Amino acid sequence: MSALGAPIQAPRWVSHGLVPLINLAIAFVISGLIIALIGENPFEAMELLVYGAFGYPEAIGYTLYYTTNFIFTGLAVAIAFHCGLFNIGGEGQAYLGGLGAGLVGLALGHWPAPIVIVLAIFASALFGAAWAFIPGWLQAKRGSHIVITTIMFNFIAAALMTYLIVEIFIKRGQQAAESRAFEPNAWMPFVHDIFTALGVNVGRSSLNLSVLLAVLCSVLFWFFVWRTRWGYEIRAVGLNQRAAVYGGISPSRNIMLAMAISGALAGLIGINEILGIHHRLLLDFTAGYGFVGIAVALMGRNHPVGIFLAALLFGALYQGGSELAFDMPKVTRDMVVVIQGLVILFSGALEHMFRPRIEALFMRRAKLGAAA
Amino acid sequence: MGEFITLFVLVIDAMLRVSTPLVLAAFAGMFAERSGVVDIGLEGKMLGAAFAAAAAAYVTGSPWLGLLAGIAVSVAIAMVHAFACVTHNGNQVVSGMALNITVAGLGPVLALAWFGQGGQTPMITDAGRFKPFHLPFADRLSDIPFLGHIYSEIVSGHNLIVYLAMGLVPLTAWFIYRTRFGLRLRAVGENPEAVDTAGISVSGMRYRAMIVCGILCGVAGTYLSIAQNTLFIRDMTAGMGYLALAALIFGKWRPVPTLLACFLFAFTDAVQARLQGVDVPGIGVIPVQAIQALPYVLTVLLLAGFVGKAVPPRASGIPYVKE
Repeated sequence: MSALGAPIQAPRWVSHGLVPLINLAIAFVISGLIIALIGENPFEAMELLVYGAFGYPEAIGYTLYYTTNFIFTGLAVAIAFHCGLFNIGGEGQAYLGGLGAGLVGLALGHWPAPIVIVLAIFASALFGAAWAFIPGWLQAKRGSHIVITTIMFNFIAAALMTYLIVEIFIKRGQQAAESRAFEPNAWMPFVHDIFTALGVNVGRSSLNLSVLLAVLCSVLFWFFVWRTRWGYEIRAVGLNQRAAVYGGISPSRNIMLAMAISGALAGLIGINEILGIHHRLLLDFTAGYGFVGIAVALMGRNHPVGIFLAALLFGALYQGGSELAFDMPKVTRDMVVVIQGLVILFSGALEHMFRPRIEALFMRRAKLGAAA
Repeated sequence: MGEFITLFVLVIDAMLRVSTPLVLAAFAGMFAERSGVVDIGLEGKMLGAAFAAAAAAYVTGSPWLGLLAGIAVSVAIAMVHAFACVTHNGNQVVSGMALNITVAGLGPVLALAWFGQGGQTPMITDAGRFKPFHLPFADRLSDIPFLGHIYSEIVSGHNLIVYLAMGLVPLTAWFIYRTRFGLRLRAVGENPEAVDTAGISVSGMRYRAMIVCGILCGVAGTYLSIAQNTLFIRDMTAGMGYLALAALIFGKWRPVPTLLACFLFAFTDAVQARLQGVDVPGIGVIPVQAIQALPYVLTVLLLAGFVGKAVPPRASGIPYVKE
């Protein structure tokens, strides 16, 4: 029984479960229609995709490897959202994070493995945080719109990294724009190697121990946002800046803090990619993961559990999507990009299209129940 | 001296070619943002139009049908944006981002399904393209030093869309500052409550602004695929929509400064191509990437208020909810 005068709300499972699922379903129905339009069977495509993502051990490994990236970028976008900020700069922050990891890998690769890996984690987080802190600072102190500055910083990061890799880090006497490989001490261990050492064969995949780091970040994210004063302040600023000021909370400090954390999380992509699989600095390793983070955060409603589920979904789409292209040459990875765009459209921009109607349906029932 | 003039002519000529889609897209953004709708989806609309124009021009062999298809697709995307942001008060940045990503995937998917040549369309024959044409007397006047040279090399010899884009600037300035539609457009982006009180539909104005935005992006995309190039390739806009957005901010949402910003950005692009590996006296070799990043750095500095101040239309980005 709700308190007198409290607004009647739809049950939580409706607003946090049913409505997002319906929005997601619409995005998938439209994607199915597009697949039908280009002359393939969407149900068959779905079957192949699910098998390609979860059907055998290697597939699951690759799915979880992509999931790791999407957890990082999803959390990055989410912490900014909690502060009322839209960080489109995940791509650039991840790129710089990779630079941080790469510098440690190149310079200290001969140090003992645990030390160099921990240092690389800190370096990638620090570089990503710095790249996001500048737009945060410009927003907080100079009032420049964070959406535009983070977009600009993506392009600046791309130019900077191209310069550094092509002119400075490139291995002498080779054409490919990449640095020399790190010493194996600076490699994040592959999960399949660990299982092999334990006597279990899980098949080779890109999955490496960064996945544990992603899980750790998710737990810390939850604790930070909902169980600490800093998280409370960030959320207060995100909900209502003026009210936050009345409560003695400084919006500008929290904007800078939220952006720095956001950039640090995005920067950890560098660990999964540079330390995890490439073992060298190279161009364009971010491959759009920063943008997927937007879809992941929106779908996951900025909560680590939701973000994990959404990241897993996109991980499956990426892995299953690349497998799908072998059996259905017309359905390439580009189709996954379409699905990603449609998910952002329906879970984000058109979020309010069905919500009021669906919630009204359940509120009426709740009212009737209360009256009876 | 002669060498300098040749270089000058080459750079300005390249600048005009690069700035055409920028000008069209930036002015498209001007209509959207002046009405209060933030549009980071310029990129997606251009890319969608580039694909539609190339596909239609290839199938029909007519550049005009290509242009029509480009505009139709771009306007359709603009209407989805308006539907999400104006009708349903959705987040404008999220919607623009979603459309950019969807189009970036959809173009190659459809291209592969329809033409089977990877994520691109087949080459379009000359008959299906907007080709450069020479203005009258260009040949005869080219012998006159300087002015004749400029006329024949810079003014003449572009395709129709280049002239269209340049003609658009005074037209837009007049439209925005001297017509009733323009007055209402500016008002709805600054103070929608007042417009509503005057009995004018806020959402109606914003939908109309988005239609204009769609048309201009459609022309810009068409230019990319069937005037400047001969086919559609994936991601052929390559961030140009975002650069146009930067030019719009740099021009403080006004027609003439925005045009100049587009020229500046296009000029840096043209210069960069010429400066590649050249030893500049006193400076040394300037990294290409530094020049590439210049427009974005300048925009950030401007936004930060270090070089002038850019103040967006007051109501841009905020959905209008009637009380």
